[in-house]
Amino acid sequence: MQALAKSDQHGKDDILLELDDVYMFFGRVGALAGISLKVKRGHIHSIIGPNGAGKTVMMNCINGLYHPQKGNIYFKGEDIGKLKPYRRAKLGIARTFQKVEVFGGMTVLDNIRLGRHVHLKSGIVGGALYVGKTAREEIEHREFIEQEIIDLLEIEYIRDKPVGMLPYGLQKRVELGRALALRPELLILDEPLAGLNLEEVEDMARFILDVNEEKRWKVTCILVEHDMGVVMDLSDRVFVLNFGNKIIDGTPEEVQSNPEVIKAYLGEEDMYATRR
Amino acid sequence: MELFLMTVTTGIMVGGIYALIALGWVLIYKCSGVLNLAMGELTLIGAYVSLSFYSAGVPFLLALLFSLVIGFILGILTERIFLDKLIGEPVLTVIMVTVGLSFFFKGCVELVWGTDTRVFSPPVFPLKPIQLGPLIIGQVYLWSFVAAIILLCIFVCFFKYTRWGLAMQATADDEMAALSLGISARFVYAIAWAIAFMAAGVGGTLLGNINGLNISVGYMGLLVLPAVVLGGLNSVPGAIVGGIVIGVLQNLSGAYLDQFFPGGVKEIAPFAFMAVFLLFKPYGLWGWERIERV
Repeated sequence: MQALAKSDQHGKDDILLELDDVYMFFGRVGALAGISLKVKRGHIHSIIGPNGAGKTVMMNCINGLYHPQKGNIYFKGEDIGKLKPYRRAKLGIARTFQKVEVFGGMTVLDNIRLGRHVHLKSGIVGGALYVGKTAREEIEHREFIEQEIIDLLEIEYIRDKPVGMLPYGLQKRVELGRALALRPELLILDEPLAGLNLEEVEDMARFILDVNEEKRWKVTCILVEHDMGVVMDLSDRVFVLNFGNKIIDGTPEEVQSNPEVIKAYLGEEDMYATRR
Repeated sequence: MELFLMTVTTGIMVGGIYALIALGWVLIYKCSGVLNLAMGELTLIGAYVSLSFYSAGVPFLLALLFSLVIGFILGILTERIFLDKLIGEPVLTVIMVTVGLSFFFKGCVELVWGTDTRVFSPPVFPLKPIQLGPLIIGQVYLWSFVAAIILLCIFVCFFKYTRWGLAMQATADDEMAALSLGISARFVYAIAWAIAFMAAGVGGTLLGNINGLNISVGYMGLLVLPAVVLGGLNSVPGAIVGGIVIGVLQNLSGAYLDQFFPGGVKEIAPFAFMAVFLLFKPYGLWGWERIERV
């Protein structure tokens, strides 16, 4: 019995996020038809599939913007299926959006600061007096933001610019920085490379690898992406989705050689070879 | 000249009260994009609550404090009962709900307190005017102004120096992204409505001290509209300056134009000014111009 409990415990540690038979309908359209997924701690787990396959719906279910009608979602062994998005953020799930969602009227620094929101403890009185703990807290957060995030993403030179005025590629970078400011354990990246030029794609791929591999970060990533080259390079595992159904969940090599995948997705030679 | 100076000074002081109410209005607009058309009624409710406490023999400052507490509770209740379900719905829907709320609140006030003009008796502030240099000012104006300014400072500090201030701005900008960062939109909206109720309540109480209290104080609350339009809808300093400008404008038109257009010129002037002003500065003094990369 004890042995069983122990192995169970180990399993929980190993699997960071688990979707168990998740169904999501919009009216009569089934966007997700019984999806199960296990994301291991430390992995980059990619989700691929044609447009409209349900990838973003899946991300919205994990992050809490949607609540699936059936099925469970576990994060670190805890059932989070009923929690609102802001509660899940506190547990350590951060995300970026397919269409960038930045606070356009604010500066880069303020955008990233907002990512620290869940880690701030001080209340109104502390904020008003700004002594002792509150001041110390702010200094710590400032150091974290400056040294870790701004340096990592190389956005020092735009820190005081309003984000709405920046080019698209930089906005995506700021959005990533804001998500990282939460110091998440799980980072959902919804098409982080879409609309970027070649150089920006290389930078972004490097940042993703950095936060996944570097000892200070060690963030588990779920990556939704169309750029097959990058997906196959970065991922530990790849999950293929088509019309709300799982086709395969395996290593990049397994996925690339799967006949069904080739038929549904990779076979479209254009998709694979050229960038939009 | 003396008349002019006196009119302007009283205008500034009444304007301070408008500024306070306008600030409450702007907070709601800033974080949810909702034009709150029930602001006038919020003013009424707060004023009647503190009048009731005062009439029951509670000292004025304590009565004001009670009305703040009750305003806070009412604000959160309003958000929870009427507006919470509408998160994510089009803003226009919510605006229509505030129109409904304004009728509902007005009905409640008439039901509970009636339609007669009530006054704070005994008067809260001494009737003897104060001599400030060449100016003679009613004490009720002076102390109302002081109270309004103190509260304004408290609310502005809340917005500027606490993390919830930035969170409110973020929710206004992009609700979905704010949620993904661990900011509870419900909490932000509840706080905004609570602050609006509190600011309006104190504003109404002070206005009630000046002119007596009846349903028409609710229309004074609507004067925040020209004030905030002038300041630029989503600007906190804009609301303060706008409120004061409207106060001055109202007083000046009362003093100088009333002889030519007897009757309601004092009430109309701010709105006429708003219309003309918008022709030249559609974003108000400090409103955000919509900048977008296309």
